[in-house]
Amino acid sequence: MSRFFDSVDQVARRLTDAGYLPSLDIATAVFLAGHLGKPLLIEGPAGVGKTELAKAVAAATEAELIRLQCYEGIDEARALYEWNHAKQLLRITAADSADWNRTRDHVFTEEFLLDRPLLAAIRNPDPTVLLIDELDKADVELEGLLLEVLGDFQVSIPELGTVTAVRKPFVIVTSNANRDLSEALKRRCLYLHIDYPTAELERAIVRMKVPELDEALGEPVVRVVGALRELPLRKAPSIAETVDWAKTLVALGARNLTNGVVRSTLGVLLKYQADHRIAVERLALSEPESDRR
Amino acid sequence: MSASPRHDFRPGSSETLTDRLVDFVGLLREHGIHAGPSETVDAASAIVALGVENRERLRSGLAACLLRRNGQRAVFDQLFDLYFLTAERPEPATVPESVETLRERLAAALAADDQAALAELASQSLTELGGYGGAGGAGQSSRPVTTASGAGWSSYQTMKALRPEELLDRVVAGMGGAGELDSAVHTIEAQRRLRSFRTAVQTQARLRSADLRGTDYIARRGVETATDRIDFLGAREQDLAEMRRLVNPLARKLATRLAARRRKAVRGQIDMRRTLRRSMATGGVPVDPVLRARKHGRPDLVVLADLSGSVTGFAEFTLQLVQALQDQFSKVRSFGFIDTCDEITGFFTPGEPPQPGLSARIIREASVSRFGSSNYGEAFRTFADTQLDILGPRTSLLILGDARTNRTDPNLAALQAMTDRAKHAHWLNPEPARSWSTGDSAASTYAEHVTMHECRNVRQLTEVISRLSCVVL
Repeated sequence: MSRFFDSVDQVARRLTDAGYLPSLDIATAVFLAGHLGKPLLIEGPAGVGKTELAKAVAAATEAELIRLQCYEGIDEARALYEWNHAKQLLRITAADSADWNRTRDHVFTEEFLLDRPLLAAIRNPDPTVLLIDELDKADVELEGLLLEVLGDFQVSIPELGTVTAVRKPFVIVTSNANRDLSEALKRRCLYLHIDYPTAELERAIVRMKVPELDEALGEPVVRVVGALRELPLRKAPSIAETVDWAKTLVALGARNLTNGVVRSTLGVLLKYQADHRIAVERLALSEPESDRR
Repeated sequence: MSASPRHDFRPGSSETLTDRLVDFVGLLREHGIHAGPSETVDAASAIVALGVENRERLRSGLAACLLRRNGQRAVFDQLFDLYFLTAERPEPATVPESVETLRERLAAALAADDQAALAELASQSLTELGGYGGAGGAGQSSRPVTTASGAGWSSYQTMKALRPEELLDRVVAGMGGAGELDSAVHTIEAQRRLRSFRTAVQTQARLRSADLRGTDYIARRGVETATDRIDFLGAREQDLAEMRRLVNPLARKLATRLAARRRKAVRGQIDMRRTLRRSMATGGVPVDPVLRARKHGRPDLVVLADLSGSVTGFAEFTLQLVQALQDQFSKVRSFGFIDTCDEITGFFTPGEPPQPGLSARIIREASVSRFGSSNYGEAFRTFADTQLDILGPRTSLLILGDARTNRTDPNLAALQAMTDRAKHAHWLNPEPARSWSTGDSAASTYAEHVTMHECRNVRQLTEVISRLSCVVL
């Protein structure tokens, strides 16, 4: 079987080259997933880079990224395969009616099969990263379907038989934990919980993603975000928001973080009014002239 | 003194390593992390692939193989430390430093966030302040220590002597910066650093105690429980914050599940008129049947929550739960009670999580309490007298409380009147089922008339919610 990575260090190096700074947990889990040939289930708050990781792994291994975005009501036809009915009908009408037997045999062949992400990933002879994004949004039935795909890397198509992976794809499953995934599915995967990064790592990420940011601002930006995460907020800012905030500060040409600057750009970091109120109060952001409110 | 097998743990000896891993997994299970044999096999492959020289890498790898949900990592880390790390031998300082000097250095290290210095300080303060029995100080000799001798290392004792909380101002000042924003941000950051220092001391204490008394002994007794298994009733302030974080997604989970159920209910009769109209496009052949959306009223829910002091920790969570339910349904009415009952629906702002201390505010501002000690009978009577007509054949009644009624009349009749009118009635009790019939608890009496669920921690709450959302709502 093809290995995706040789060592944890190599994972870290290649991901960094691909523009993703992994923590030790992330690098180790990615290495093991490739090494053991198991899917990697990633949970964590929104915006900490779960999907980004899949993209980075694909970039780092020069693999094709096949993405299955889950949503409520997604079904087999959207996830696995579909028969191209229109084409089948054409074939039937085009064929000579005397030849029905031959026609019938030919209608259910590869020619009329429409690959959907799961089947496409399994049949791809080239290195593939299969990203099953936000699985918690899909219904429970889809998980049942995934068990076969993720456990044995094969798909059963009644008319054709079982299609087994030519080459095992690197599978990444992400979830925001809105719904608890089934034990059976979890057992087939390695588990990685991505949390907010350490201040040090986050500084490095900001430096990498927003190199224009004033060197002196990197430190306080990360520290303010870190402090916000300690507050009892409804939605704590994640890395994506930190990066956005850094970009905002660059756009505003801010030289240092004053109360006013933080206050006026708080909307980039916090998405709920109640969170704003808490932040303003706890970080002492209220301006003297707005005391009356 | 090689009582602890930890010292046999070496890269080369594969057999002890397997045993060690299996022991480790067994202990994880005892602490509620249910890793199966296939996970253990994965973990073994991970050890082979990663090697054991780099412990932090090994830790990440084993976590990926053995854990399955968020919230297990803290327990995992503690047990990993015990099983795969070696305690540093406490080196008696040549001249023991005074507590003041230690605190001085701690403040400086915290302000600079100097990890190496902090680790060293954690170890040193424990050596100088945390030993008891035969351990530490002068007793730190080669004298064999047995389990019975009661020797050990105490992080509690260390922190009590060190009083790092009082250093907070100094640390904040040391972090520099000016202005209110900086000092507010720095205070929060300093508190975080202090917490991680405390954890470091605790880890050291556990490791050294394990050295003295055997890994197993400490692993079974000295490890803190996972947050989702902490009792609501015994929760401390710092647990509450953590548990709140666990309850929030639970509320969301409940909401998605309910939404999914409602959508499913749409499948029903075929709407002939709209089907025929749509069939115009296909020349009158009804290819695409249109389903009539079923009319179904929003579920009605009435929540009765005990807000008395004995269930404060629990009340915080019932309020979170009430909030989640109110966000989801338009017809939820919530009532709080201690010894009288009053509506508290208005205390919740839609879409905003309840603030900490909301229960105190409700007690102040609503009339839920006359004498201040819980009296279920009285509370049910007030409810039955004044609000009985809001219960109807489509209403579900949810009661949250410990049923400790201070030896007053439980007033079953009032409860009976309520449950008779409601469609379903369920009771969540934060006490273990075995103590439902002890002392002044009327739980077993009530349980005969209402379905009562033991709901002591987040884990059980999760189970109860998934059961309830199928049955009640």
